[in-house]
Amino acid sequence: MPKAPAGTLYRGREGMWSWVAHRVTGIGIFFFLFAHILDTALVRVSPEAYNEVIATYKNPIVGLMEVGLVGAIVFHAFNGLRIVLVDFWSKGPRYQKQMFAAVLGLWVLLMVPFVIRHLSHVFGG
Amino acid sequence: MTSTIPAPRTPRRLRGRTNTELYAWMFMRASGVLLVVLIFGHLFVNLVTGDGINALDFAFVAGKWADPLWQVWDLLMLWLAMLHGTNGLRTVINDYAERDQLRLWLKVGLYTATTITIVLGTLVIFTFDPCPPDAAAELLPSFCPVP
Repeated sequence: MPKAPAGTLYRGREGMWSWVAHRVTGIGIFFFLFAHILDTALVRVSPEAYNEVIATYKNPIVGLMEVGLVGAIVFHAFNGLRIVLVDFWSKGPRYQKQMFAAVLGLWVLLMVPFVIRHLSHVFGG
Repeated sequence: MTSTIPAPRTPRRLRGRTNTELYAWMFMRASGVLLVVLIFGHLFVNLVTGDGINALDFAFVAGKWADPLWQVWDLLMLWLAMLHGTNGLRTVINDYAERDQLRLWLKVGLYTATTITIVLGTLVIFTFDPCPPDAAAELLPSFCPVP
């Protein structure tokens, strides 16, 4: 297949960047999911094995990574609902930019209290 | 390329015979909406309520899975999230892996990992013993019989 630079399909702005962010967060969440199912499966090995591995997660670095994970999930969730509305709501395509703004607004609205709560657990002991 | 998109107005009988891609597309939307509810609930109960992340240990998981609601919740989450993620990654592989052989083997690897993970997770939920007989009592949930 030729790869001549005959223009580009990438058009920037809300449409493209929400798509890029949806991919990146989706791939990241999926790889976390493998690790998460494997570590949870340790409950079937022994209470000691599970607690030992979970204990290695209970430090500030992993605590901050959890904020990143939840941030990725919340974005993917709200932008996913935006995609559903674009596909199934007759006015969805017309309001996709406004809905992207709503996704970002709701993300901030949920993440601020979550980060305060979670980091007080992580750093407050 | 084996999966070229047929030209517009190609008669239906000349296109692929199945609607697999349509079902996959529908599945992403249906499972996505369910996963928002399942995962937000999961994160709220495990990270926000009570002592949050500090409360997580064997006894916490055992206490949750003593309730059939959380067993079904986690089982649904396992299957839907794995299939949703696998189909998402399948799309990404189809988009970026241009060589036929590479695309094939990436997908073989993906489907293998997915199958193993779903089977393992399902077995864990269904064969889990909250009170294993040889474990230290202080690690177990409070409802386990004291030896």
